[in-house]
Amino acid sequence: MRSAANQYPIYLKVLIYSFIAVWVIMAAFPFFWTLWGSFKVELDFFSIANWTNALTGSNTTATYGTSFTDTGYVGAWIEEEFWRAAINTSIVCFFVVCTSLTIGTLGGYALSRSGYRYTFWLLITALIFRAMPPITLVSGYLLPFFEWNLWGILPTTIIVLVAINQPFTLWMLHSFFQSIPKDLDESAKVDGCTQFQAFRFVIIPVMWPGVITTGLFSFLLAYNDFAVTSMLLSDENRTMVPKIAAFLGTTYTEGNVMFAVAAVVSATAPLFIMVMFFQRRIVSGLTAGAVKG
Amino acid sequence: MKHSTFFWFFLPTGLAMLLFIALPLVSVVLQSVHTPHEAVLVTVENCGPFGCKKETTIDQDATSTLRTAEPLGRFVGLDIYFDRGHLAINEVRDAWATSESWGGFFSKLGNLPFYRAMAFTLTFTFTVTPLLIAFGLMIALGVNALSERVKGLVIFVSLLPMIVTPLIGSLILFWMIDSRGILGNAIQWLAADPDLSLKASTGLTWVMLIVYGVWHSAPFAFVVFYAGLQTLPMDQIESARIDGANRWEQVRYVIIPHLMPLITFVALIQLMDNFRVFEPIVGFNAEAHATSLSWIIFNDLGGETRQLSAAATTSMLTIFGVAILLTPVLWRTWQDFKGKS
Repeated sequence: MRSAANQYPIYLKVLIYSFIAVWVIMAAFPFFWTLWGSFKVELDFFSIANWTNALTGSNTTATYGTSFTDTGYVGAWIEEEFWRAAINTSIVCFFVVCTSLTIGTLGGYALSRSGYRYTFWLLITALIFRAMPPITLVSGYLLPFFEWNLWGILPTTIIVLVAINQPFTLWMLHSFFQSIPKDLDESAKVDGCTQFQAFRFVIIPVMWPGVITTGLFSFLLAYNDFAVTSMLLSDENRTMVPKIAAFLGTTYTEGNVMFAVAAVVSATAPLFIMVMFFQRRIVSGLTAGAVKG
Repeated sequence: MKHSTFFWFFLPTGLAMLLFIALPLVSVVLQSVHTPHEAVLVTVENCGPFGCKKETTIDQDATSTLRTAEPLGRFVGLDIYFDRGHLAINEVRDAWATSESWGGFFSKLGNLPFYRAMAFTLTFTFTVTPLLIAFGLMIALGVNALSERVKGLVIFVSLLPMIVTPLIGSLILFWMIDSRGILGNAIQWLAADPDLSLKASTGLTWVMLIVYGVWHSAPFAFVVFYAGLQTLPMDQIESARIDGANRWEQVRYVIIPHLMPLITFVALIQLMDNFRVFEPIVGFNAEAHATSLSWIIFNDLGGETRQLSAAATTSMLTIFGVAILLTPVLWRTWQDFKGKS
């Protein structure tokens, strides 16, 4: 494509570069604007008088003496105890990723190595489960969870998220394991290994690229979930996303909006870092399913 | 692989899906045909010095005993499906009989919560999906023509709208579009109308949500198409050029046909994902102007009075809608499978 790219006429080049520039601004500007604004007071970020107030922070200077203030962050993290939600999110994400990768790897490996017809039907069932919006299942959880006193605690939510995650994990790992040659574990079995030993000593050492990519998507699902976590967790066990929604529900008073803005910026930061480090894996994970299907 | 080995490997994940997806689904079906018990009423005759009075009160003990004994409630068949909150059969029949024109009929339908949600969900699904495919394709073609040095950075930035939590992404845009935010201000200035508020008008709220939907999902289409462009057959492009095709014709007759399987893939995935639109409605605080099926479920389940039966019924209707959208995907997978074996 390189040679062709050099042959673009100048007007087309200008057109392409300006279109991409517009897209880059569309994609990135909202985040930088909110990051910038999170250090201002509400009257600056939501300015009635003059929109440039948000840039210069004139009201912020009038109140605090400098044009940057951390009151939003202090209010969110300490007064409103956002740190509790952050800890809950870390716990949920850690256990969801570990559990769903462990059981998903076993299942995906089995699906890729068994030639029987039922593997197809299991995969189809998983596809149907993947297509159902998670929120449609929530009304099915509530009644049993109330009856058995399981509602509101983190372990229940973790298990539910793991289960919701499984269909996608299975599909992804299934196609990944199919790209690992069958001869590898077949020859180990000829040498006298059981199927599990073949998996343990031959497949596990070579499976990490696929597992890490799948893990990234499991993490995103657990981190981004709003429907399930907001319905299944009690107030004190809330994770970050439902906590932010709760900020808005109860505290639309002066100044408190900035708590939500600060919380939003705090919750976006880990995702930024993740994309920075794993950009290639995310891209390859997204395309793996597509190019095959 | 032997059946027994397969069984043990698959057991943990199978059990998780059985217990937390299949069984809850059964529970949803059951709930959608049950409704909570009505309160048990007792009539007591109170005789005092001024004669006797009959009084009807709620027997709290009996009611709570009954409700604990049968938490599911009483069986009502498909009644909930047909009531005003869902398919509203009677109201639709009335509207049909009394309306003179199609417009009148549809405006009456718009007052029923299910059809109101359906109208937005379908409009959203079927405008966002083609727009994001077109937009994603344009970005992919553009990025492909960039020089290597900036490509990485552009891809990084492009991933952000997709990776960010949907609720957070919609809040970020919502704050900017607020009449006191930067975009809201810009729009007021462009329209020369200082009182213009996007939140106050139904049409503009829908546009706002659709713009958000495209912004959020275009990166997915972009990444998939960009990967497809890397496998482009250069000899075909070359021969098209020799045959005198201009750039637009090369895109139209060589590149797009080459990407067609990927376009179908993105379309099918995005139809299903956009059908469940939910977080933007919460984030944009837009429920006065736009509701979706998922939002109705969320609304029924939240708050002090958890209306499980109503939510379960809407859930079933949503699953039914997803099933319709899923049929072509299943058909294709089945064809693939038959072709392979």
